[in-house]
Amino acid sequence: MPIYKAPLRDMRFVLYELHGGEAMTELPGFEDFGRDLVEPVLDEAAKLCEQVLFPLNRSGDEEGCTLANGVVSTPKGFKEAYDRFRDGGWTSISCDPAWGGQGFPNVVSTLVEEMICSANLSFGMYPGLSHGAYNALARHGTEALKEKWLPKLVAGEWAGTMCLTEPHCGTDLGLIRTRAEPKDDGSWAVTGTKIFISAGDHDLTDNILHLVLARTPGAPKGIKGISLFLVPKYAVGDDGAVGGPNGVTCGSIEHKMGIKASSTCVMNFDGATGWLIGERHKGMRAMFTMMNTARLGVAIQGLGIAEVSYQNAVAYARDRIQGRSLSGTKAPDKAADPILVHPDVRRMLLTQRAYTEGCRALAAGIARELDVSQRHPDPKVRQAAEDYVALMTPIAKAMMTDLGSEVANLGVQVYGGHGFIREWGQEQYVRDARITQIYEGTNGVQALDLVGRKMPADAGRALRRFFHPVQAFIEAKVEDERLGVFVQPLAKAFVRLQQATAQVARAGLARPDEAGAAATDYLKLFGLTALAHQWARMAEVAYARLDADGPDTFYEAKIATARFFMDRLLPESSARFSAVMAGGRSIMEFPDDAF
Amino acid sequence: MKILVPVKRVVDYNVKIRVKPDGSGVDLANVKMSMNPFDEIAVEEAIRLKEKGVATEIVVVSIGPAQAAETLRTALAMGADRGLLVKVEGAVEPLAVAKILKGVVEAEKPGLVILGKQAIDDDCAQTGQMLAALTGYAQGTFASKIAVEGETLAVTREVDGGLQSVVLTLPAIVTTDLRLNEPRYASLPNIMKAKKKPIAESVAADWGVDPAPRLEVLTTREPPVRKAGVKVASVADLVSKLKNEAGVI
Repeated sequence: MPIYKAPLRDMRFVLYELHGGEAMTELPGFEDFGRDLVEPVLDEAAKLCEQVLFPLNRSGDEEGCTLANGVVSTPKGFKEAYDRFRDGGWTSISCDPAWGGQGFPNVVSTLVEEMICSANLSFGMYPGLSHGAYNALARHGTEALKEKWLPKLVAGEWAGTMCLTEPHCGTDLGLIRTRAEPKDDGSWAVTGTKIFISAGDHDLTDNILHLVLARTPGAPKGIKGISLFLVPKYAVGDDGAVGGPNGVTCGSIEHKMGIKASSTCVMNFDGATGWLIGERHKGMRAMFTMMNTARLGVAIQGLGIAEVSYQNAVAYARDRIQGRSLSGTKAPDKAADPILVHPDVRRMLLTQRAYTEGCRALAAGIARELDVSQRHPDPKVRQAAEDYVALMTPIAKAMMTDLGSEVANLGVQVYGGHGFIREWGQEQYVRDARITQIYEGTNGVQALDLVGRKMPADAGRALRRFFHPVQAFIEAKVEDERLGVFVQPLAKAFVRLQQATAQVARAGLARPDEAGAAATDYLKLFGLTALAHQWARMAEVAYARLDADGPDTFYEAKIATARFFMDRLLPESSARFSAVMAGGRSIMEFPDDAF
Repeated sequence: MKILVPVKRVVDYNVKIRVKPDGSGVDLANVKMSMNPFDEIAVEEAIRLKEKGVATEIVVVSIGPAQAAETLRTALAMGADRGLLVKVEGAVEPLAVAKILKGVVEAEKPGLVILGKQAIDDDCAQTGQMLAALTGYAQGTFASKIAVEGETLAVTREVDGGLQSVVLTLPAIVTTDLRLNEPRYASLPNIMKAKKKPIAESVAADWGVDPAPRLEVLTTREPPVRKAGVKVASVADLVSKLKNEAGVI
């Protein structure tokens, strides 16, 4: 039986000891969110995730969603779990109180999201997609639209989706064919087919609000002619009562490798009534509002999977006895030693741990800056935080989902043959993690976003939001007796990142293919450097705590994990650096016909 | 009717308990603490009575360190109305708790006191009974079902032989068993509201009680590690081992 316990101790460490979460209450609107409120909320979220969502993870995977007579059913227990989730107010945790939300800081809801993703990634898709729809509607919708649709969306009584992909276009949305024709009353008739629509149809809520990208008559070609529409599954009267069907049907559901309890639908819109969100032809801009936060959300999915896989791998490695330790018997009372004693098993567990805790620290830091970017009274500070979030979003999405997959695979490896057997639960994490590297913009697209958009924007202004603080940290700590062993490897990676940045910028200006060919390795180098920075900082905090309060295994383990990261994982940055510096010739000069 | 629910802050039921190396007690440093699960059931039952319109106010009281305020907040987030924190440092024995509660009962005059049948840390299972003796109220312990009927309370008790039904005259004292209910999860809005609900603080001396322990703990030890079993070849072999080695038959 798989296990999951929310890592509350580490979450408190990241939030309050590493990222100064107590100062959160200084941001306007966050006055109430002191530790005395946030900690009970994390405790309660942990309970709900461990006791309600987690027990449905394996059964949901086995059963999957079903489509019968045009109606999609979620696996057994999902509806009841969703009711408890909604009644608990969790759908609205970070939504605006003006629409019935709880107004919690992003950094808190990010930690809660991690728990949901660890406990049951498929379940998390339903409220996750609703939240994406909320973001776009709250930011770009008219007051009338917001008043009509937002309160029930926030309350979780209705759900939401994002309908972008069509059979012939995924990454390149300029090719969209779904069309919207104006009607006399100001609404639009939307017609077309969308595929891969997560949570497109299900039995959890009374209504579903689809946010649909479509083309209006005479719109310019390409993505500059795309508009965004709100199209409900059922019509809703002015009194808020849910009425009859609105020409939106689920044509089929996909049979997938993972997240099987999340319904992935083909959605047919047949003259469905919709309303314009934002301006005509500015649909992509509105969509990007929800895509950026959704990308951070997907990064958290990678983290959540990594955490739960690690917990199970550790439990198994303690329990499973096999072979004797190379340095002599460790468990003489047993027929063999627990596999935890074997160096290669330890290497795998520590790799899982170092990546998971490092990603948690990085993710919480980004979420913290997201809060600053939305709330700080000083526009300059807001802009700086926004630049940092924009820069780190593709890095977090790609790196944290790649690592989520890698960690889940290691989890299977620790189990040996039993990892491959379904009833142990480890292989599900590999299958569930796989999609996170693909959807919400493939990781290759994230790398292009980094080198093509975020890096050159405003003459590299966003880059400085990462480079300057890291530079300052290195200069301040490199001579430190204890921290030197962490800061020196960080400094080495950092110098390489700077060189690689210059190389990519230079080469990319001359030949865009050069930047494209370097993008993935460059992103990984960037991500590893960012993790090294977090690990050096975590070691610093841990030492300070040990000095102040005496021995504590938690902080001792932090320092030991930081050392492992620097010794055994950060060296990958050298390989990535070499790959970037080698240039794109070997990729681009290979003859197409020879593939 | 007002309901009083005493709640205790204990080591979380998920935590694997470790004895301090010097045998002076259980190691509580950096250990997750939460509300005694039986007390959660008591709070839940009180809230259900309030939702049925039987109770009008739920007062929760905790006797313990300053951090017991967090336990009170948990109860307030579930739906209790206000809290009383009686600060006491160190171990508190059931009799001291019962004496303080007697004072609280006299001040608050609840129609019903619902307690957990025992706390999962010391497993004493005494406080409810002692409080009944001190106050002279009727008691219905190990309750798996309760129903208020006018001026009386019908209690179904879990006893060794099965279920026993008793009828108590109110005001009364009930201690909860596991099957009484399944406690709810606190909702996010209620956790936020709980922050604004009042908690009145006092110390044991305010209730005229000296909480100093009357018992002396000599040492605390881990239970002996279970030894590996052996497979017996036959029934005769088993009987022989039970007779000669284990000495149980």
